[in-house]
Amino acid sequence: MPEISAEQVAHLAELARIDLSADEIESLTRDLGQIVDSVAKVSEVAGDDVPATSHPVPLANVFRDDSPRPSLTVEQALSGAPDREGDRFRVPAILDEE
Amino acid sequence: MTDLTSLSAADLAALLTSREVSSVEATRAHLDRIDAVDPDIHAFLHVAAEGALASASRVDERRAAGESLGELAGVPIAIKDVLTTNDMPSTAGSRILEGWVPPYDATVVRRLREADLIPLGKTNMDEFAMGSSTEHSAYGPTHNPWDLDRIPGGSGGGSAAAVAAFEAPLALGSDTGGSIRQPAAVTGSVGVKPTYGAVSRYGAIALASSLDQVGPVSRTVLDAALLHDVIAGHDPLDSTSLDETWPSMAQAARAGRTGDALKGVRVGIVRQLAGEGFQAGVKQRFDEAVALLTAAGAEVIEVSAPSFEYAVAAYYLILPAEASSNLARFDSVRFGMRVMPADGPVTSERVMSATRDAGFGPEVKRRIILGTYALSAGYYDAYYGSAQKVRTLIQRDFNDAFGKVDVLISPSAPTTAFRLGEKLNDPMAMYLNDITTIPANLAGIPGMGLPIGLAPEDGLPVGMQIMAPARSDARLYTIGAALERLLEETWGHTLISRAPDLTATEMFASEEGAI
Repeated sequence: MPEISAEQVAHLAELARIDLSADEIESLTRDLGQIVDSVAKVSEVAGDDVPATSHPVPLANVFRDDSPRPSLTVEQALSGAPDREGDRFRVPAILDEE
Repeated sequence: MTDLTSLSAADLAALLTSREVSSVEATRAHLDRIDAVDPDIHAFLHVAAEGALASASRVDERRAAGESLGELAGVPIAIKDVLTTNDMPSTAGSRILEGWVPPYDATVVRRLREADLIPLGKTNMDEFAMGSSTEHSAYGPTHNPWDLDRIPGGSGGGSAAAVAAFEAPLALGSDTGGSIRQPAAVTGSVGVKPTYGAVSRYGAIALASSLDQVGPVSRTVLDAALLHDVIAGHDPLDSTSLDETWPSMAQAARAGRTGDALKGVRVGIVRQLAGEGFQAGVKQRFDEAVALLTAAGAEVIEVSAPSFEYAVAAYYLILPAEASSNLARFDSVRFGMRVMPADGPVTSERVMSATRDAGFGPEVKRRIILGTYALSAGYYDAYYGSAQKVRTLIQRDFNDAFGKVDVLISPSAPTTAFRLGEKLNDPMAMYLNDITTIPANLAGIPGMGLPIGLAPEDGLPVGMQIMAPARSDARLYTIGAALERLLEETWGHTLISRAPDLTATEMFASEEGAI
């Protein structure tokens, strides 16, 4: 089982978009190592002949009629927005200037 | 006059129907009770006193006008904060959603309103339902009404404590790995996780979508059944909702309380959920309850479910994986908190990262990072893929077992309520607390937790879990109600009536070994 490094946790945090502090990275590295050690045992019984289950009560082809129905108003949709401009969500720059 | 908060929902509903009591009186009694005990319990994150009284008054007017209303019309209810409500904040116990009032109701909430139940407020929970103690709530823990120094279970500790402390006769919970059944066990209350897909998840803030299920929390089996009947049924807004008609759970529960409901019922004890690691008093009360079942004519056998050994491991891969994806929606753009980075360029990505750092608590971060890891290229097959195979093996174990028996039983939790703080810094110890409840979520089958006594060594409640095949939820109610009746006949009272008087100046733990 691969050791989990602080660099790895920092990379995961970047992927997950969480700006972790150095202290958090250190404690999560320790926790993650311990948790992964405990959960890795799933591979002991997961033979090639066992199919994977992604859903407990599988349903196939769940469709509804494609007909218009009332939905949220613009005001409702924007009611929880941290920032807005007119009828739109206002966000900081998408691209880094650099 | 009877203390209205001490009544079961069914008894209160009968008084409302006969107009001996008004919904305003019943609602006010529960609001007064919340005022009196919730400073100690902290079951509620939000109490909607005005709205509740207004809804109650409308129900009273309609009843006075001769309108025929549903069985639970006018009965107060508490709602777990994971469910969206268009008139109350919905935070899921997280700072990132502090003060957020959603623009829509969860389907289950809409159904409560259509059935004229009275929402009292929103109950505390571990942040995004990640936890077994409510200690991971961003708003502080809930305290167990049986002993304020102990956990009320989790994640739905607020809902369980609210009913156990008589702040509400009913509550809604959600159960991803035991968040309804484990709190029921440690607070001496009843809770049911329905078959996956039986109750709509629309408007339930998602933790792990293939495991989450909303269900009833109450003090009696019949009350849970009455609430189950209100919330269950097909919802086109949830693509995993089962499109079928369900039998009346209330009828099933009532059938259990009369006649020989247990005669010839085949009951299986899961060997892997009854062995080492279980507290002595939990085992003792469990064995006594099994003896009662046998004496009532049930055939009890032991069954083996070898793959259950891997259930907790599989769960702590599948859950974080799904959660890391579900929680990506908290992006500081459309709703919830936005935090600017302390320095450097202000881009959406950096704002998102600063927001999620400030808005998520330690357990949520832990699971998101774990889930991101489990889904990473190179690890996916070994972790997430293998966990999904374990899920198949667990389903097979259940299928084999249900080929031999009608229901399976186990203790609801390995121990009684532990002390606040005891397991907070040991994530694996906290995770192992759900060993009994997790298999049902992985397989999608229904499970009920109900109280079976107090552990002699600490005087705290012990619960039994009953599990049935998928879609056989009614069976839980019949057998649960039958067992509840047998236990209460043996004791001469309900278990919850032994809970300490929270309004007394000094609190005493229940007499040890009294039950």
